[in-house]
Amino acid sequence: MRRFLRPGHDPVRERLKRDLFQFNKTVEHGFPHQPSALGYSSFLRLMAIGTRSGAIKLYGAPGVEFMGLHEENNTVMQIHFISDQCQLVTLLDDNSLHLWSLKQHSGASELREEHRFTLKGPPGSPPSATQITAVLAHSSREVLYLGTESGSIFVVELPSFRVLEDRTITSEAVLQRVPGDSCNRRSCELVEALREHPKNPDQILIGYSRGLIVLWDLQSSKAMHHFLGSQQLENLYWLRDGSKFISCHYDGSYTQWLVSSDNRQPEPLENLVPYGPFPCKAISKIYWQTTKNGLPYIIFQGGMPRASYGDRHSITVIHGSQQTAFDFTSRVIDFFIIFSSEPTAESDDPSAMVVLAEEELVVIDLKTAGWPAVQPPYLASLHCSAITCSHHVSNIPLKLWERIISAGSKQNIHASNMPWPINGGTNVAPDPPQRDLLLTGHEDGTVRFWDASGVCLHLLYKLSTVRVFLTDADPNDNMNTLGEDEWPPLRKVGTFDPYSDDPRLGIQKIYLCKYSGYLAVAGTAGQVLVMELNDEDAEHVVDHAEADLLQDQEGYRWKGHEKLKTRDGLVRFEAGFQPFVLIQCQPPAVVTSLALHSEWKLVAFGTSHGFGLFDHQQKRLVFVKCTLHPSDQLALEGPLSRVKSLKKSLRQSFRRIRRSRVSSRKRRGVGGNASEVQEANSKFDQDALQEMELAPVQRKIEARSAEDSFTGFVRTLYFADTFLRDSSRHCPSLWAGTNGGTVYAFCLRVPPAERRMDESVRAEQAKEIQLMHRAPVVGILVLDGRGTPLPEPLEVAHDLSKSPDMQGSHQLLVVSEEQLKVFTLPKVSSKLKLKLTALEGCRVRKVTVANFGSCKSDNYSENDLTVLTNLGDIQIISLPFLKLQIRYPCIRKEDVSGIASCVFTKYGQGFYLISPSEFERFSLSTKWLVEPRCVVGVPEVTSNNHAHKSGLENAARKS
Amino acid sequence: EFRRFSLERSKPGKFEEFYGLLQHVHKIPNVDVLVGYIDIHGDLLPINNDDNYHKAVSTANPLLRIFIQRKEDADYSAFGTDTMTRKKNVLSNVLRPDNHKKKPHIVISMPQDFRPVSSIIDVDILPETHRRVRLYKYGTDKPLGFYIRDGSSVRVTPHGLEKVPGIFISRLVPGGLAQSTGLLAVNDEVLEVNGIEVSGKSLDQVTDMMIANSRNLIITVRPANQRNNVVRNSRTSGSSGQSTESSLPSSTPNILANSLQGEEDSDEEDIIIEDSGEPQQIPKAAPTSESLESLTQIELLHESTQNGFLPSSEMNLNHSAGSVSMEYEVQDPDHKSLEEDGTIITL
Repeated sequence: MRRFLRPGHDPVRERLKRDLFQFNKTVEHGFPHQPSALGYSSFLRLMAIGTRSGAIKLYGAPGVEFMGLHEENNTVMQIHFISDQCQLVTLLDDNSLHLWSLKQHSGASELREEHRFTLKGPPGSPPSATQITAVLAHSSREVLYLGTESGSIFVVELPSFRVLEDRTITSEAVLQRVPGDSCNRRSCELVEALREHPKNPDQILIGYSRGLIVLWDLQSSKAMHHFLGSQQLENLYWLRDGSKFISCHYDGSYTQWLVSSDNRQPEPLENLVPYGPFPCKAISKIYWQTTKNGLPYIIFQGGMPRASYGDRHSITVIHGSQQTAFDFTSRVIDFFIIFSSEPTAESDDPSAMVVLAEEELVVIDLKTAGWPAVQPPYLASLHCSAITCSHHVSNIPLKLWERIISAGSKQNIHASNMPWPINGGTNVAPDPPQRDLLLTGHEDGTVRFWDASGVCLHLLYKLSTVRVFLTDADPNDNMNTLGEDEWPPLRKVGTFDPYSDDPRLGIQKIYLCKYSGYLAVAGTAGQVLVMELNDEDAEHVVDHAEADLLQDQEGYRWKGHEKLKTRDGLVRFEAGFQPFVLIQCQPPAVVTSLALHSEWKLVAFGTSHGFGLFDHQQKRLVFVKCTLHPSDQLALEGPLSRVKSLKKSLRQSFRRIRRSRVSSRKRRGVGGNASEVQEANSKFDQDALQEMELAPVQRKIEARSAEDSFTGFVRTLYFADTFLRDSSRHCPSLWAGTNGGTVYAFCLRVPPAERRMDESVRAEQAKEIQLMHRAPVVGILVLDGRGTPLPEPLEVAHDLSKSPDMQGSHQLLVVSEEQLKVFTLPKVSSKLKLKLTALEGCRVRKVTVANFGSCKSDNYSENDLTVLTNLGDIQIISLPFLKLQIRYPCIRKEDVSGIASCVFTKYGQGFYLISPSEFERFSLSTKWLVEPRCVVGVPEVTSNNHAHKSGLENAARKS
Repeated sequence: EFRRFSLERSKPGKFEEFYGLLQHVHKIPNVDVLVGYIDIHGDLLPINNDDNYHKAVSTANPLLRIFIQRKEDADYSAFGTDTMTRKKNVLSNVLRPDNHKKKPHIVISMPQDFRPVSSIIDVDILPETHRRVRLYKYGTDKPLGFYIRDGSSVRVTPHGLEKVPGIFISRLVPGGLAQSTGLLAVNDEVLEVNGIEVSGKSLDQVTDMMIANSRNLIITVRPANQRNNVVRNSRTSGSSGQSTESSLPSSTPNILANSLQGEEDSDEEDIIIEDSGEPQQIPKAAPTSESLESLTQIELLHESTQNGFLPSSEMNLNHSAGSVSMEYEVQDPDHKSLEEDGTIITL
C-alpha cells in the first residue's frame, strides 16, 4: 500500500485512484421542495410530482423513481399521463407543453424529455387566446385537447405537437350550437375543465368558467347537451358509466347532472352546499365514485365555511353517513383517488386517496374503517420539524436494526396495514450492501431514525426527548380530540409541524454506538442525554447532573436562555431509546461537540465555554475544563444577546432610513402635492438603493489573535487509546479542539471492568497544543502504527475491525479549518502538513475518515479523509501522507445551509440538504453506490385501441 | 543625568564590562539600556559589541560622548512613521546616511533589535508595474490593517481591452502595518497572495488565503499609482540612491520559490504545553521527506536574516554571519563600496 501512496504522478496510483473514487449524485431523498402539480397514471401505477423549480419526479413501487428537470426551471402547472402509455405531458407556467417518456436503456428505464411545444395563436391575437387552462389527454393517445383562456379548444397531435387547426373547437362554434338566449359570448370564456366521456371517446364534456357545461360530440362537431350552472365552475367529474356527472363551484356547492338522450338542456339532479348555509369557499376538485354496495363516495377539496374555517386546507370524504373533512397541515396542491381501473369492473371501489400538500404527501386508506393514514415508503417530510443536525451510522448490526424497527412499529399502531397502493414499475437495483441509519435531530427535540440503506429513505423510529423536561406545551392539547358531533367533522392528518414549542429543546449533536445501543443526544440549552435501548415501556427516574463549565471564572453573566426545567420523579418512556442520564451544562449554551465511548462508559460534551467528561456508569462528572478566554465576553453572553444587538442595529438603520424619508417629505411637502411627494419618495428609495449597491463589500484582513471571540468554542471531541505520556504504555485519552486552534489532551484512568463501579475514573491534562495559525480545530484523529485510524469503541470486540497496531508509533492528525497536520506521539513533533487555505483559499467544513474499496479487486481497500470545503468542493486526502487525491465540485458555494448540513458515511457516501425537506445523496466510491435502477413495463397495444384510432380518423375526415 | 568618567584608551576591555560599568555608574543595575556615541561626523552610532566599542573608544578626541537610553523607552516604530522617511520616496527602503547628518536626533537602535516589518521583494523579476510586498506580522502588535474588495480592472487581451473582475485594497487602517509601510495603497489591485494568483478566486477565498498567510503575507499588487514605479526604476532619481538594479544572483527565482514555501512555515511553529508545564515550540520530526529538509534549511536562512539589518559600518560582520542573504539584503560584495555608509532599514 505504501508504494501506492508515494507522492508524484505515479501511473499505478493514478489507475488505482480510478478504481477507488468516482463522484455521483445518486438520488434525492425526502419531500420535493415547493411541489406545484400532481399526476397519476392508473395504467402505470406511477405518480408524478412537479415543482415550482421545474423538476418532475415519478414514483412507483418503493425503489422505482425517476427525475427530470425542465430546462426552463419554470413552475410545473399540470401533469397529464397519456393513457396506456409510458408518456406524460407537462404544462409549465410559461404556457409551454413538454412531452416526457420513459424509455428502457441498458436494462433500466429512463425519463427523457422528447418534445416541447408552445401554442401559437393567429398573428395579432391576444396572449389569452392561447393561454392553456385545461388539458385533456385523449384516450386515443393521439391528440391533446387544450382548453384556453379565450374559450377555444385546440387540438394537437401527439407526439409531434402539430396543431390540427381544422379540429379546433372555437367558442363561436359552441355558441352556435347551443340554443337559447341564456348563453352569450361571455359564457364561453375560459375553459375550466375538459373531461372525456368514460364510455364514448367521441364525446367530451367542456366546462366553461362562467358555469356553462357542454357535452360536445367530436365526430359531428355538435353540442349533444348543455347544462347551465348558476355558479362559477371549478371542476367536473364523470360517473363511471357516463350517465351522470358532477360539477363543483366557486361558492362551495356541487351539482349532479343527468345525461339523458331525451332532454338536451337538463336541470340539475341535486345541488348542494355541503358546508352551508353560510358562505363557503370554492370546491376546486371533486370525485364521484361508485362502489359495489351502492353507496357512492363523494370526495372534494375545499368548500369550508369561509368565516370560521376558511383557512383550513381540507378534503372531505362522504360515504353514506360517514363524512370526514381531512384537515391538512399545509395547502393542498392536488389529490387523486386510486380506484379499480379494470375497464370491465362495474364500479370504481376507491381504495385510497393520495393527497399532495405543500409540505407532505398523505395517503388515506379508504377501505379500512376509520380511514387511517398509510405510511408512505418514500417522500418523507424530513422537515416536519426543522432539521438541526444529522448523524450517519453505517453497517448496523442486524440485532440493533430489528430492535429499532420493533420500537418504531409500536409507534405506528394506528397506521393502515394497506400495502403501498402506488406500486408501478419494478425495482431492479441490487439489494443495498448494508444496513445504514441516518439520524436527524430536529428543532422540536426529536430524533428521527431513517433507513438510509437504499433508494427509499423511510422513517423507522422517532425518539422524543421532550418527556424529560417540563415545557410550556400542554401534552393534552390535541387537535384531534374534537367531539363526535363537531361540525365540520375535521380530522387533522399529516405530521408537518414547523412550530417548535421551545427552541431550547432543539437537538444539536447525536452519537449512536451501534454495538452497545447507547445513544447520546445533546441540545440547544446545554442538555446532554445518554440513552439505552429498551424493548419495553418503562417508568424510571432520569439521573440528573450539572456541569459548571465556567468553574472559577468570575464576573461573567450569561445573558442567553435559561436551562430547561427537568421533570422530577418517575417518567414514563415508551419502548425504544430511554434516557437514564441527563447532564446540563452551565451556562446552558448550545452543545457544540459530543463524543461517547461505550466501552469506557464515558460521554464527553463541549460548549462555547468549555468541555466536560461524564462517567455514565457511575453517573459522576469526571472533570470539566473551561476553555473560555478571559476577554471573550461575546461567548459568555450567549447567542441571544447577539441576535438582540443585530436586531437593534437593524432597527436603527431602518429608523435612519425612515427619518431621512420623512425629512425629504417635509422638505417638499409645503408647496407640493401628494404625487410630488410620492415621486420624491420613490426617488429617494432609488437613491438609497443605488447607494447600497455602490457601497462595496469589503473584507478585513487581520491575523487571528487569542483574544478573538469564540476561541473557546469546543468544536471537536475524540476518545483514543494511545500513547499520550510515553511510548511504552498506552492509555485512554480524551482530545478536544477549540475554535481558537487549541488542542487539549487528557489522560484518563478507567478502572478495569471488574472494579468499574468501585473505583472512579480519573483524568489529568497531559498536553495542550496551540496551533499558531489559530484556525478552528474541526477534527482530531489518532493513527496507529500502520497509519490506520484507530477503530471505534467496541469495533474490535465485535470482530469487525483489526485491532490497532500498538507496537509502532502513533500519530496525531489535527484538522483545522485551514490545515491538516500530523504530529508524532507521545512526544509531539510536527511531521506533515497540508495547507488548504493558504494554497487554495478554501476552508474545511466537514471531515470524516472513509474506507474506499476498489471496484476491480475485492481485497483492496484504503482509508482516506473526505473533506468538504466552504466552497462546496469535496476533496479526498490520503492517509497518513495527506496527499490530495481528487477533488469534486459538489455543492454550490452560496448554499451555506447545504454545506452545513452535509454528513459523510464511513464508506464514501454522503448526504446534504438541497432544501429544508430534501437530502441529496452522493457517492464518492466506485463500490458503494445507492441509486435508483428500475424498469417500467411497456404497455401492449390492444385491438381495442385500433378501433379508437380508425374512429378518430373517420372523424377527422368528416370534419 | 550626566556622568563623566575615564577609561584607559589603550585597554578598553570588553563591551560587557563597559556596559556593566555604565550600569554601575548610573546606578541602574537591572535596566536594559541602549548605548550610543557620537562619532566624528556627529552621527549617533550604537555601541553593542566589542568591535564598535573599540571603534568608539578609538575615536575619542579625547572626549567620548556616550548616550544612554532606556530600552523600553526607545520608540522603534518611530522609524516606520518618521515624517522624514516619508518625505523621501516611500518606495525606497534606504535611509541614506546624510539623513542622519541633518537629523541627528534619529535614534539608531541596537542591530539585534531590528526586525523586518515589511519589504519589497523580487523587484528584478517582476514587471515594473507590479510590486511584491511582504508584511511580517510576528514581533509586532500592530494590526495588518487593511481591507480588500471586489472590483474590475481592464486587461489587454488578444480581443482588445477587456474588463475582468479583480480584488482591490479598499481601505487602510490608520496606524496599521499596511499603512505604515507605505507600500500598499487604496485601490491597488491584488494579483497574488504568497505566490498564488487570485484571479478566478472570490473575495472570500482571497480573504481566507490572506488570513491563513497573515503571519508572513506576501502580496503582489499592481499599484493604483503607477507613477512611483517609474521613479523606483529610474536611475535619475536622486532620492533612491540605493539602487535596486539587478544585483541579486541569477538564481533568484529558486530562492523565491523557497521563500514562499519555506519561510512562511518557519515562523509558525505550534506550541505545546506538556503536563501543564511551560509552553514550548513544537519541534519538527526528523525529516522524512524532501519538503521537510527544505523547511529546515529555510529556517536557518531565516534566523540569519532576522538580525541582518546592520549599519554598514559593520557590513563585514553581517556578511560573515549570514552565509546566504535573502530578499532584504540587496547588496552583494561588489557593491559594498558604493554603500559604505548606507544604513538599511526596512520599514
